[in-house]
Amino acid sequence: MDLDPLFLSRLQFAFVVSFHAIFPVFTIGLASFIAVLEGLAYKTENSVWVTLSAFWTKVFAVVFGMGVVSGIVMSFQFGTNWSNFALATSNFLGPVLSYEVVTAFFLEAAFLGVLLFGRDKVPAGVHLFAAVMVALGTFISSFWILSANSWMHTPAGAELRDGFYHITSWSEAIFNPSFPYRFAHMGLASFLTGSFVVAGVSAWYLLLNREVEANRKALSMCLWLILFLAPTQAVVGDFHGLNTLEHQPAKVAAMEGNWETQSNVPLLLFAWPDQDAQSNHFEVGIPGLASLILTHEWDGVVPGLDAVPENEQPPVGIVFWSFRIMVGMGVLMIIAGLVGLALRPGGRLYETRWFLNSLRVMSVAPFLAVLSGWFVTEIGRFPWVVYGEMTLSEGLTPSLSGWMALVTLIGYAAVYAAVFTGGTYYLFRVLQAGLEASVEESFDIDHDRPKRPMSAPHVSFEHEPYPGEQGGNTSYQGGH
Amino acid sequence: MEAFDLSVIWAGIIGLGVIMYVLMDGFDLGLGILFPFAPDEGTRDVMMNSVAPVWDGNETWLILGGAGLLAAFPLVYTIFLPALYLGVFLLLAGLIFRGVAFEFRFKANTSKYLWNWAFAGGSMLASFAQGAVVGAYIQGFETENLRYVGGALDWLTPFTVLTGLGLMAGYALLASTWLILKSEGRIQDWAYRITIPLLVTVLVVFAIVSVWTPMIDPMVRERWFSNLSVIWLLPALGLLCAFQIVRSVRNRFEGMPFVATMGLFVFTYLGLIVSRWPYVVPPDYTLWDASSAWQSQLFLLIGVLFVIPIVLGYTAWTYWVFRGKVREGEGYH
Ligand code: HDD
Ligand code: HEM
Ligand code: HEM
Repeated sequence: MDLDPLFLSRLQFAFVVSFHAIFPVFTIGLASFIAVLEGLAYKTENSVWVTLSAFWTKVFAVVFGMGVVSGIVMSFQFGTNWSNFALATSNFLGPVLSYEVVTAFFLEAAFLGVLLFGRDKVPAGVHLFAAVMVALGTFISSFWILSANSWMHTPAGAELRDGFYHITSWSEAIFNPSFPYRFAHMGLASFLTGSFVVAGVSAWYLLLNREVEANRKALSMCLWLILFLAPTQAVVGDFHGLNTLEHQPAKVAAMEGNWETQSNVPLLLFAWPDQDAQSNHFEVGIPGLASLILTHEWDGVVPGLDAVPENEQPPVGIVFWSFRIMVGMGVLMIIAGLVGLALRPGGRLYETRWFLNSLRVMSVAPFLAVLSGWFVTEIGRFPWVVYGEMTLSEGLTPSLSGWMALVTLIGYAAVYAAVFTGGTYYLFRVLQAGLEASVEESFDIDHDRPKRPMSAPHVSFEHEPYPGEQGGNTSYQGGH
Repeated sequence: MEAFDLSVIWAGIIGLGVIMYVLMDGFDLGLGILFPFAPDEGTRDVMMNSVAPVWDGNETWLILGGAGLLAAFPLVYTIFLPALYLGVFLLLAGLIFRGVAFEFRFKANTSKYLWNWAFAGGSMLASFAQGAVVGAYIQGFETENLRYVGGALDWLTPFTVLTGLGLMAGYALLASTWLILKSEGRIQDWAYRITIPLLVTVLVVFAIVSVWTPMIDPMVRERWFSNLSVIWLLPALGLLCAFQIVRSVRNRFEGMPFVATMGLFVFTYLGLIVSRWPYVVPPDYTLWDASSAWQSQLFLLIGVLFVIPIVLGYTAWTYWVFRGKVREGEGYH
């Protein structure tokens, strides 16, 4: 096979950014959760909040560390593989990405140390402040990076002169048309991710009867959040889709598997899109529903893929199915929230084993939804890197050859595999050690540990028995 | 006019960022290079503990360097990165490995030796790649119409291998003098012993590079051998620093060797800038060719001028909090 630098660069970018994306969505949500726990600890002086916060801070430290190392790679990808794109857009992307560093990364770096190690060294109020600042930092970071990304989807406030974009209005460029929707959708996605992971882990501890009081509190908090956020996410997603219909109709056509511009478009539940035949096989759908959702009329006309030339169509199959996975996960999340509410009377929530077990499984749902959501967004914009203005192949680094892209793709895959196997393994060790470990530790002062994110947890890298593992409790049998 | 001023201001900011990064990450990368040669595990613990609290902020400077270049001098970003493609990969891979090794080594019992190797290997790889970048910059890039048009391995020449090894020696020297400052007893003795041989290696490499560069590049030759004789002050001051290192190691001063090594780095760095000024992508493009639109430079400048002092202040504070010796079997407080 011919080594195509364009294809390999897309693969590489998709790989490194998907990898990176997994960590931030979790840390953004978790940082806010920790800030709330710290706030409760400060106000009520109930030690349960301190225990919970100490434990989740440890988990945060590990995930955050992995987010940092994978993020460093991201900031060089634009130049290595997409240098033409980087050069043309530098007047906008340069300042925006730099603002992310100076407003968010330095803020996080500054307060992380205090959050992780400062509990016994600074006054409680300062510690709470640090927690809030770290959470704020993660939000500011997503503000800038999503603005950059949204601008590529809906470029605004800039004009192209001699191959360079020149900014005519910073506010229009930063708050470009798709940004508010993407920021809201991604912010909710982060909260949902945090909630489902915390809920899943707490459910698992409850199944093992570990630290029951604290874990019940955590589970209950998360389920309240899910109950409200999951439906909100669906509504925001709907608005996001309407906005996309306005700016990128071809993407929406791919999401709906709609090949022809027509009225009465069905909402397809199942189909096998066939790009060559320009139609679907095995369609199962609800007549008129897609028209209703997208135009608010049963017989509204919706643009189809035939509106763009065949070589400007995105790969329909991936976009179509990724969209269904995301929405499917969204629906499951809404159901989880409702079931949780139904089980609240009499505290059945904490004892219904099948529900607790489902929550354990559901902790991967948000990650699936987030990744497939990004796939819809990014693959659906094909073949554009700046929508409607610059194609992916125009953006590619001219000197890049196929074998260079291949070598580094394999290289990044190998490095990430090695490093993150270690990280994930270690994360599970922290989870196994559980809240019990942080109860003891929060009272002894860190003398022998360096001030580094992943060094916060006092858990040995190698396996040690944890409470409930070999003790009489047989209810926990599954692996993970 | 406006564009002129801003570009020079930005050159100053990025220049400051680079030297901050080199000095700060330099000594902790250097500790990784010295790692395999340390007499025992206890020494390694002290070495790591001595930089653990300050290591965190260092990489943020690197990210700021990357993003800042894209914002202020996009051409540098979009020619260096494609030209150094494979080198950049090695650099990032090295940084990732040592980053996580740092974290996991403290937790490991039986797998400690693995993380030792990851830390040492990652540090060496990253240092070598950075030195090769310096060499590639001196060498210049083949460009056409604002694009890099050379080959994938143009950056890897005997000259850049030499600068790569040279920077490794330089970082190791920063690390050994840092260790003199931060340790005591037998560990400090070891650090004193290795400092002079490292200094000699660094000076030999510097000498070869200094003779070689004017030979491969007429522009540099002209700069140094024409009317601008004041610039000979820089190498002279550099030599003075080297002399200070020898003297202070002889007298077993604790702080001076590190300070003098930093001086040696600063003067070499200034010498390098002087050789090439105002070319930022030699041999074709100057500072002004490489600049982004002045509105963009201005937009970012506002934020940076506000934040950088705070960051510098915070960094100084961290070093102050963690000052003093690191003893075996304990961290710092
Ligand atoms: C919605 C959120 C989001 C998205 C889409 C991205 N990131 Fe990210 N990134 C974060 C949210 C974030 C964060 C939450 O702020 C992280 C995660 C862990 C951390 O340290 O900060 C982070 C870390 C992080 C770091 C390390 C910063 C540090 O040292 O603290 C860099 C250099 C980047 N990112 C760069 C990128 C680039 C170039 C991206 C896109 C191509 C990108 N990120 C997508
Ligand atoms: C963090 C979550 C993100 C994920 C999971 C993600 C994922 C992807 C995927 C799957 C592709 C498609 C690759 C293909 O065409 O085969 C892509 C393309 C792209 N994305 Fe994103 N993306 C994310 C965020 C961003 C952000 C924040 C930016 C910019 C600031 C960005 C810039 C790009 C660019 C330039 C491309 C075109 C190159 C390519 O096709 O690979 N992405 N991304
Ligand atoms: C339940 C109904 C949902 C609907 C109708 C919906 C709708 C959408 C649409 C239309 C897009 C593509 C926008 C574009 O590319 O222009 C999108 C993207 C995305 N979705 Fe969803 N979504 C839903 C649920 C979820 C859930 C539950 C999550 C995660 C927890 C999620 C995470 C994402 C992400 C990360 C993206 C990519 C970033 C972006 O463009 O915002 N979505 N969603």
